[in-house]
Amino acid sequence: MKQLNQEEAKRICDRVIGFSKADECSVSIDGKREGNVRFARNSISTAGLNEDMQLTVRVAFGKKAGIARLNEFDDKSLEKAVRRAEELARLAPENPEFMPAVGKQEYKATPTFARATADIDPEYRAQVAAYSIEAAKKAGLVAAGFFNDGKRFEAIANSNGVFGFQESTDLAYTCTVRTEDGRGSGWVTRSATDARRFDAREAAGVAIEKALRSVDAKALEPGRYTVILEPAATSEVLGNMFGSFEARDADEGRSFLTKAGGKNRLGDKLFDEQINVWADPWNPDVPVAPWDGQSGLARQRTDIIKNGRIASLDYSRYWAQKKGVAPTAGHGNMIMAGGSKSLEELIASTKKGVVVTRTWYIRMVDPQSLLLTGLTRDGTFYVENGKIKYPIKNFRFNESPVTILNNVEELGKPVVIGGDEVPYQMVLPPMKVRDFNFTSLSDAV
Amino acid sequence: MERRSFLKIGAGTAGAMLVPVFGNAIAAEELLNPMALSFKKALADAALNAATQAGASYCDVRIGRYLNQFITTRDLNVENITNTESTGIGVRVIAGGAYGFAATNSMNPDAVAAAARQAVAIAKANAKLQTEPVQLAPVKGVGEVAWATPIKKDWRAVPVKDKAEMLIAANKAGLEAGASFMTANLFQINQQKYFASTDGSYIDQDIHRLWAPINATAVDKATGKFRSRGGLGAPVSMGYEYFDVRAQDKVKAAGGVTTLYTKSYDVIEDARLAGKQAREKLSAKSVEPGKYDLVLAPEHLFLTIHEAVGHPTELDRVLGFEANYAGTSFATLDKWQSKNFKFGSERVNFIADRTTPGSLGLIGYDDEGVRAKQWDIIRDGVLVNYQATRDQAHIIGEKESHGCSYADSWSNVQFQRMPNVSLAAGKARLTPDDMVKDVKKGIYIVGRGSYSIDQQRYNFQFGGTLFYEIRNGKITNPLEDVAYQSNTQEFWNACSAICDERDWRMGGSFFDGKGQPSQVSAVSHGSSTTRFNGINVINTARKIG
Repeated sequence: MKQLNQEEAKRICDRVIGFSKADECSVSIDGKREGNVRFARNSISTAGLNEDMQLTVRVAFGKKAGIARLNEFDDKSLEKAVRRAEELARLAPENPEFMPAVGKQEYKATPTFARATADIDPEYRAQVAAYSIEAAKKAGLVAAGFFNDGKRFEAIANSNGVFGFQESTDLAYTCTVRTEDGRGSGWVTRSATDARRFDAREAAGVAIEKALRSVDAKALEPGRYTVILEPAATSEVLGNMFGSFEARDADEGRSFLTKAGGKNRLGDKLFDEQINVWADPWNPDVPVAPWDGQSGLARQRTDIIKNGRIASLDYSRYWAQKKGVAPTAGHGNMIMAGGSKSLEELIASTKKGVVVTRTWYIRMVDPQSLLLTGLTRDGTFYVENGKIKYPIKNFRFNESPVTILNNVEELGKPVVIGGDEVPYQMVLPPMKVRDFNFTSLSDAV
Repeated sequence: MERRSFLKIGAGTAGAMLVPVFGNAIAAEELLNPMALSFKKALADAALNAATQAGASYCDVRIGRYLNQFITTRDLNVENITNTESTGIGVRVIAGGAYGFAATNSMNPDAVAAAARQAVAIAKANAKLQTEPVQLAPVKGVGEVAWATPIKKDWRAVPVKDKAEMLIAANKAGLEAGASFMTANLFQINQQKYFASTDGSYIDQDIHRLWAPINATAVDKATGKFRSRGGLGAPVSMGYEYFDVRAQDKVKAAGGVTTLYTKSYDVIEDARLAGKQAREKLSAKSVEPGKYDLVLAPEHLFLTIHEAVGHPTELDRVLGFEANYAGTSFATLDKWQSKNFKFGSERVNFIADRTTPGSLGLIGYDDEGVRAKQWDIIRDGVLVNYQATRDQAHIIGEKESHGCSYADSWSNVQFQRMPNVSLAAGKARLTPDDMVKDVKKGIYIVGRGSYSIDQQRYNFQFGGTLFYEIRNGKITNPLEDVAYQSNTQEFWNACSAICDERDWRMGGSFFDGKGQPSQVSAVSHGSSTTRFNGINVINTARKIG
């Protein structure tokens, strides 16, 4: 599949809008070329290449709207998509919460494209796997991992004059290294827009070191511990919370941001004052498209938590209109301020504590308190007098991110963390947190 | 791992520019017309020939047309009706003893042949790092065959208006019964899958699945407390007739605490009960932590089976292929080879089955062209087998694959996925009410809740939808803040009674995630109501801020 350039995308968008007889018409096109290699047991298991391009057309007659989506791009198909959407819109009832297409927006360019990533080929991917496998073999260990890269574009347009075109690239790498007897396991994750910022050898080395250090873990009693949480250990825990900032839910009484009596907690101090979190589409480490594909609104730099206080809530266009406030574009990333200390320095300043490499299978137990459960995995260590003393068995935790961010003692230097179940990248610091609640032991290595 | 992927589907892939829509589905007359078989065969042959000429020793081709419709309602409004259509072709080859895969949405012979050559090039690049050549268990080509999910009513032919009205009626019933807010969704899947391979198979399949999850939330504004109750209907591989309610498909839960459903689902009745029970949960007693005998309804137990039996007996996890993501397994080959590894108590029997009517894993052939079948996983409490694909069968001494290969789209490579894995019914006559009579201090749990298990499937924690205290043989008051923690092997060895086949029914996971890149699959798990003695229960109530 040939990826479209800006002129080609604009021509198709104009053509689609030209076919429409509705009151308004919106178009989006998204195309991708994704490659990957997966390895396990010190051998490549699968590798692939996947190309696709989709057209989405939305039209409306008054408050009646219809959508059609397909992946064909000849003239006849473009018109077919419009006619399908119009047919649906005519059959639709009025939607009381209908919002017309956004007016003209200013989309200030963001640095989402890197040539070095776009040029990745099967040989490069195989080499990433080879570095990981060879280094693991040399250490007498077994590697399993995954590397994927993508070159994408997206275009949006509507009959109010909106047009945006964005090319992007990304890569992600994870690697688990285990001892042959299954008594030790280490893990690493990396993600980047630009392949020049990725070093497979360096990354694999981290997983190898963790695997070697984690052998023969001792059992520690479950309970409350001071923990040093690596960024990968908190990404999904915090991601769960960042996904729960909907103003409507808080106003309607079904959110952790609801107050007794029916108000929301905007402006309340809910966390330690060291906590500052914001979204920024132009952040050079985690750039994203300057628009939110759901609403078409231009993204802005937005404070989410400022000095421990709830600085903003997410307002859909409908709810914002109802409440008489400005709507917010959906955020494409999340950035948390940290300090300058490395993970090692955080460990060095800890008298007694637990280092957590990664957390796993995190699920909501109670949305009222945002209580989450999950487990540690692939490298959990006991710290005494500033040094890692020995590896320990994995724990299950039951803890709320609100409590975690209240109990922060110290923040380290932030790093980029790719999303797994959280659908965006984040910049997060390692954290030292007191009274973290481990509720039971796991025998899993 | 049961994923939250449907949330991503709602908010991401299908989330762009969504609005409520009534009326017929997009161009229903076109959607009901499958691609011509001759066209698919010609494309498949173009790929098979190109791959062979480029040096592949084996090639399979999957031509997919995936039609989905998701309807989302909130209270009395239809929020979204999303129709998605995706068509393309995926080519998998073996060359130089290694796999290669390429996919394209360009449906013409030249593009398909190019994808096949690309797959061979990738395989050859991989072969340099391959330690052992891929070894496929033999499959005899079946020629040109077809298979379809048995359905009486095709969801694609049901007017969208009727479906939306059913969901709105459910929400209305829930609101009237005590809910402050209601949501009802309808996920409808049609996978038109054409498989061809150099073994001589050309298999055309038409697969249908449905799920109508609902959720009621009750709010107490004065205290700021809120509680939810999800739906108790199972996702199924059936036609839209699943929503034609039949009285004989309703059963009373133990103690008559709620209504449960078997082969048809009354979403409106369930929503009404959800609204009432969500309101009741606001004042339910918070559980005392401690050891309890748990009586688990199939609507709850399916997810425990999924996580603690289905996943650890996947052979790719046992061997280490999922080590970087979903994890490995405690059920290692040495335990299977010992022939006496006590996975559970003697009454515990698990059967893998891709042929169970109405089950989400129901197919004619898997994505390697292997015919669906049934086999034992745990027999009389002992681990006796795993779930395997063609390239794994020789590792466990099997001469043929179990038919466990699946890919969630034409653009993803197929790999080992779970069949339906179900707990066999008890042999002695026993009803849920009889089972409760023997319990002094217990909890009866109905419906799914939060769920989490470690990467080797030892330590798990499960919540639920409805909890009732059992005291001296009687179900008493509703409970809240309940979760139980256990170790998989200890848990199944604590199984003390299983109700008989009259109580056997299935629950299911509609979006089960695994693999990298992550793919979802759908799978059912059947059981009767089952009791586990002396399980650790924790209280999950917390205060923040």
